Amino acid sequence: MSPSATSPGWLARVRALPNESTAKIVLVTLAVCIVASLVVSTAAVLLEPAQRANQALERKRKILEVAQLLPGEDAGREAVEAAFEQVRTRLVDLDSGRFVDTPDPESYDQRAAARDPAQRVEIARERDIAGLGTRARYANAYLVRDGGRVSTLVLPVHGLGLWSTLYGFIALGSDFDTVIGIGFYEHGETPGLGAEVDNPRWRAGWSGKRVFGPDGEVRIEVVKGEVAGADPRAAWRVDGIAGATLTARGVSNMLRYWLGEQGYGPLLARLRAGEPG
Amino acid sequence: MMDRASRRTVLDPLIDNNPITLQVLGLCSALAVTTTVQTALVMSAALTAVLCCSNVLVSLIRNHLAQSIRIIVQITIIASLVVVVDEFLRAYAVEASRRLSVFVGLIITNCIVLGRAEAFAMHNPPWPSFLDGLGNGLGYSLVLILVGVVRELFGSGSVLGYPVLALARDGGWYVPNGLMLLPPSAFFIIGVLIWGIRTWKKAQVERSEFRIHEVHRTEVL
Amino acid sequence: MDAHLALLLRAVFTENLALAFFLGMCTFLAVSRRIDTAIGLGLAVVVVQSITVPLNNLIFRYLLAPDALAWAGLDGFDLRFLGFISYIGVIAAVVQVLEMVLDRYFPALHQALGIFLPLITVNCAILGGSLFMVERGYDFAQSVVYGVGSGAGWALAIAAMAGIREKLKYSDVPEGLQGLGIAFVTTGLMSLAFMAFSGIQL
Repeated sequence: MSPSATSPGWLARVRALPNESTAKIVLVTLAVCIVASLVVSTAAVLLEPAQRANQALERKRKILEVAQLLPGEDAGREAVEAAFEQVRTRLVDLDSGRFVDTPDPESYDQRAAARDPAQRVEIARERDIAGLGTRARYANAYLVRDGGRVSTLVLPVHGLGLWSTLYGFIALGSDFDTVIGIGFYEHGETPGLGAEVDNPRWRAGWSGKRVFGPDGEVRIEVVKGEVAGADPRAAWRVDGIAGATLTARGVSNMLRYWLGEQGYGPLLARLRAGEPG
Repeated sequence: MMDRASRRTVLDPLIDNNPITLQVLGLCSALAVTTTVQTALVMSAALTAVLCCSNVLVSLIRNHLAQSIRIIVQITIIASLVVVVDEFLRAYAVEASRRLSVFVGLIITNCIVLGRAEAFAMHNPPWPSFLDGLGNGLGYSLVLILVGVVRELFGSGSVLGYPVLALARDGGWYVPNGLMLLPPSAFFIIGVLIWGIRTWKKAQVERSEFRIHEVHRTEVL
Repeated sequence: MDAHLALLLRAVFTENLALAFFLGMCTFLAVSRRIDTAIGLGLAVVVVQSITVPLNNLIFRYLLAPDALAWAGLDGFDLRFLGFISYIGVIAAVVQVLEMVLDRYFPALHQALGIFLPLITVNCAILGGSLFMVERGYDFAQSVVYGVGSGAGWALAIAAMAGIREKLKYSDVPEGLQGLGIAFVTTGLMSLAFMAFSGIQL
């Protein structure tokens, strides 16, 4: 083997080193780390735009679906983007109950903020009816405009079910009291039981239900079994899900939290009174 | 196309040396992700891809790995591959990725991948290692899909989302078996599957440690 | 304090890593033939889990999370994609160090645990514990509690399983089900039993 310092000679010498020698161990480890880092970083960087775009698209799709504005089950990217043109993304300051414009509503990530120790707000145990632990200071709100007025308001809600936290949206009509739709885009509930929150037939039962009682308190809830036709409170009650009492209770609790005074309650009260928010 | 030895490498792990039912590897994911055939398929594909690639890569550097760094280097390679697969899924199959959640990451500790790297790829050239990865991946997929079909069919009345049994709550006759959608059912199904395989292939039966022996009055033990 | 106790109980019973999430099944089924070996492995898992979950928590918060490197003046970096590699690296290192420490200072214990320590590195439950910790955004105190609790839960499950399997040795199990098959069925029944904890609101 030529003792010159040309690359092939050098490589062959490295390969001829005994495996257990320190030099070889260090070199092999270094080589593996460098190659692994390059591959992993390249993949992450190259795929990031596609990931973000897909996640944003899924969110828009879900918001449109809950607001009954989705142009079709299999609507493609263009159809979803076109339909989303009529939606305006705004930010709600949960403490004051008003719309605000900073931070930027479009890029604000409510879920990440709820977990970030620097941005999150701890909820006192006795007031934490939805099992959240912490929440963000601001929340995204999506307004669908029809002509000059708001026809639908879509609000994100989340709370503890049985096995997992359910994340979803509730859409309220122009009176900010009637439910247009509800839908969960992420949860880990039992398929066939708690996961029936995804069943279109159960979701259809929410249409037309009212949220607030005469004194402005949150009255909407999921009951056990079916809502009796003669029930005077039927307008505020939704049929339960067989075998999924705890998941359904979780849904009721999360709506009581988010539509109540700790969540969007103040905002909704103001909007119902005719104020711009 | 493939010679006899290669064919055996690929086909053996399907039943005779199945990673799940005989080698007792890769169980965690087999139990949790088989509620629907679709998630079972995605998981199978992800694992087979990682397994084949890691076997090839480990085989390529097998002659230069010292004993002391063997395991950690294998784990590094496997972890990198899993990261790539996970990023890929999150970019192009968001729904599937969400439903698989932490289980894609757990492919790193999936005993099959590390097990085959140690047992086969460290001692064989790249092409046979690839075939071994393919075979074990297929064996794993076979069990996963079987369990997935049983669980989805009897638990939701559908296969791959297409309704097969008319559900009672949609006006049909079939009341879904809720147990099938709960994790313990996967254990029972795999247990029965093992029973079936070992009744067919007697060679796989484990000898019991104690045999019940009827004692007669005149017998001295 | 209250919340941490609730988290501990949840980690041990309601969200038992072995019986509710089915993590660490390979070693669970392979090592649960005898009670003493099962308890040995269980203890080792508790120790490793209690160290690695908080350690990975620190790594996530101060190195990998979005803008985590702000303390070093490096803003705008999101290194979460390095998570898997970092966590498993930490686990492998901790196990290696633990093995060396035991060998030097507690040789009897090291002898008893034998080959189990290296096995722990690839125990899905250990990596799973860290991944759940990241997914749920626990802070440091919660990570410690969760590490101890989830490890203890896994140890409890494998000890119970070993107890049952030792009794099963004297049963007349059908040929095809002997050994692995009946172990699967038993684990299924155990996990069904543990599901009873799910209705408890803590």
